[in-house]
Amino acid sequence: MALLDVQNLSVSFKTNDGVVNAVNDVSFAMDAGQTLAIVGESGSGKSQTAFAILGLLAQNGIASGSVKFQGNEILNAPLSTLNKIRAADIAMVFQDPMTSLNPYMRVSDQMVEVLIHHKGMSKTEAIAESVKMLDAVKIPDAAARVRLYPHEFSGGMRQRVMIAMSLLCKPKLLIADEPTTALDVTVQAQTMTLFSEIQSEFGMGVILITHDLGVVAGFCEEVMVLYGGRVMEQGPTDPIFATPSHPYTRGLLRAIPRVDQLNAELDTIPGSPPNMLQAPKGCPFEPRCQYAQEDCVQSLRPLTEFATGRKRACNRELEELI
Amino acid sequence: MSHPLLKVENLRVSFHIKSEGDMPWTKPRELHAVGGVDFELKQGETLGIVGESGCGKSTLARALIRMVPGSGKVVWMGGDNLLDVSKSKMMNYRSEIQMVFQDPLASLNPRMTVGQIIAEPLRTHQPNLSNAQVKERVKKMMQQVSLLPNQINRYPHEFSGGQCQRIGIARALIVEPKLIICDEPVSALDVSIQAQVINLLMELQRKMGLSLIFIAHDLSVVKHISNRVMVLYLGKVMEVADRNDLYENPRHPYTQALISAVPIPDPEIERNKEIILIDGDLPSPLAPPSGCVFRTRCPKAQPICATTPPTLDPQSDQETHLVACHFA
Repeated sequence: MALLDVQNLSVSFKTNDGVVNAVNDVSFAMDAGQTLAIVGESGSGKSQTAFAILGLLAQNGIASGSVKFQGNEILNAPLSTLNKIRAADIAMVFQDPMTSLNPYMRVSDQMVEVLIHHKGMSKTEAIAESVKMLDAVKIPDAAARVRLYPHEFSGGMRQRVMIAMSLLCKPKLLIADEPTTALDVTVQAQTMTLFSEIQSEFGMGVILITHDLGVVAGFCEEVMVLYGGRVMEQGPTDPIFATPSHPYTRGLLRAIPRVDQLNAELDTIPGSPPNMLQAPKGCPFEPRCQYAQEDCVQSLRPLTEFATGRKRACNRELEELI
Repeated sequence: MSHPLLKVENLRVSFHIKSEGDMPWTKPRELHAVGGVDFELKQGETLGIVGESGCGKSTLARALIRMVPGSGKVVWMGGDNLLDVSKSKMMNYRSEIQMVFQDPLASLNPRMTVGQIIAEPLRTHQPNLSNAQVKERVKKMMQQVSLLPNQINRYPHEFSGGQCQRIGIARALIVEPKLIICDEPVSALDVSIQAQVINLLMELQRKMGLSLIFIAHDLSVVKHISNRVMVLYLGKVMEVADRNDLYENPRHPYTQALISAVPIPDPEIERNKEIILIDGDLPSPLAPPSGCVFRTRCPKAQPICATTPPTLDPQSDQETHLVACHFA
């Protein structure tokens, strides 16, 4: 049985300007200990996918489809069920460590809360456990620092505190939403190394949401590429980077300058991401795609497997893309 | 004899910091944001400035055009020191040096139309132009940055991030400057848009013979666009070199660590590469380490690093490659 099995997940928001379909028909499954990357640009629906799984959508958000965690349906489950799962089984690390920590509470109080609620520990036990976890994420002098407030930590340290907090109940699945985007490269390297170590130590599944293909290349086994709320391509990391099968993935990989290479000019993807209020009927990438033909405006082929474990959603055959 | 476009000598910027709880008579503490930076910029050259947040790269850029007060020398085309000239004279120089800012939407006035935004520098610096002439120039400029001239009466919120950055670039270019200072111009943009803006900047630079100072924390982007690259740490220059030299043969331990930490979008290379991790955090600029500012996190630090600050010296085998390290 898969650890997490997401089938046909769709998320839409009712807004004053109309209905926004942020996520359309996303399906994936992952086993314990696996790492999955959800890659996409802003507005591609990558964060909303994660929020829907944990029932964290905004009030006007509606999720449909199915999300099974260890065989049990958790999509749109009652709050009492979700509260048992959140943090204990599925934990989340958010992008901005400053706004996700409560500035009025000491780090110790924020961490202890989780343990008292989920594990029924006493406060002393909980503090000892919190210190242990801060040690695990390599915060020096953890026993003293646990008493500090979030603003007394640097950005990288705050992200470590967030990671420590998410690990407190030893979750089986960790969802990290752009965990290193706000950090400098050297701190990003520290944080990703820490993630790898922790993952091999605790053996949990990780969903990494990011726009940084470099981070994906180093950390994840599976990749799912989202664009305009739809899955464009999905499969194991190595072949996707070596032979991307979708025009969007190709364009993306060619548009980023690399520190180990020198290109005279970057290939660009013309145009800009779609406005989700007027969601396209066919392929969301059609207006920017060099291979687009008339049928792409009208419809998009569903995601289909074309090689072992690899899926793509594109009206053009692989051979047509040169 | 030709002069460099810009020659910066011993540029320093300090801020006076008063902390909460200080008594009224407590002397404010000094924060040295930029501590003695020297460099030269040739006509048509692009200088990349990299460093982590808090290293002083934005402050350095702002000090060049006196958006923050600095001391030292900023010699413009072998003539005046920009830090000394009178305010009215500085005004003239400002039409030759323009700036593009990081946050594309926040740096545009939401109550002005695109046309007004782009025309503003022109109206300030060339007040004799007629309305029709201004409009003509604005439309031409919009075309050059690939904006549709019929969008001239729209407001910034009607544009996407990438388009807003194009408006910012058009505003900077309309007075035909010689130097553009770009402060993280692409870091707020999506990957697919980032390449468009980088290509646009490089194309305009070729066409108009511009010089660029390109500030960014993304080392891959800086590598792509720069001729020379300067690495800053805690307000001090660690290393300056030609682009290829710096990336292929970094000599300062900090530069080495920085470059090794940049993720490469190739699974095989990325998984097998060796990352030089530097421990700890950036020290507080209020109390920088003695001697070499990087020594507290440097894997090669020796006792001498704590006592003597290294000078930025050319390498014996490579004159254009300057490194501030005792062991380079």
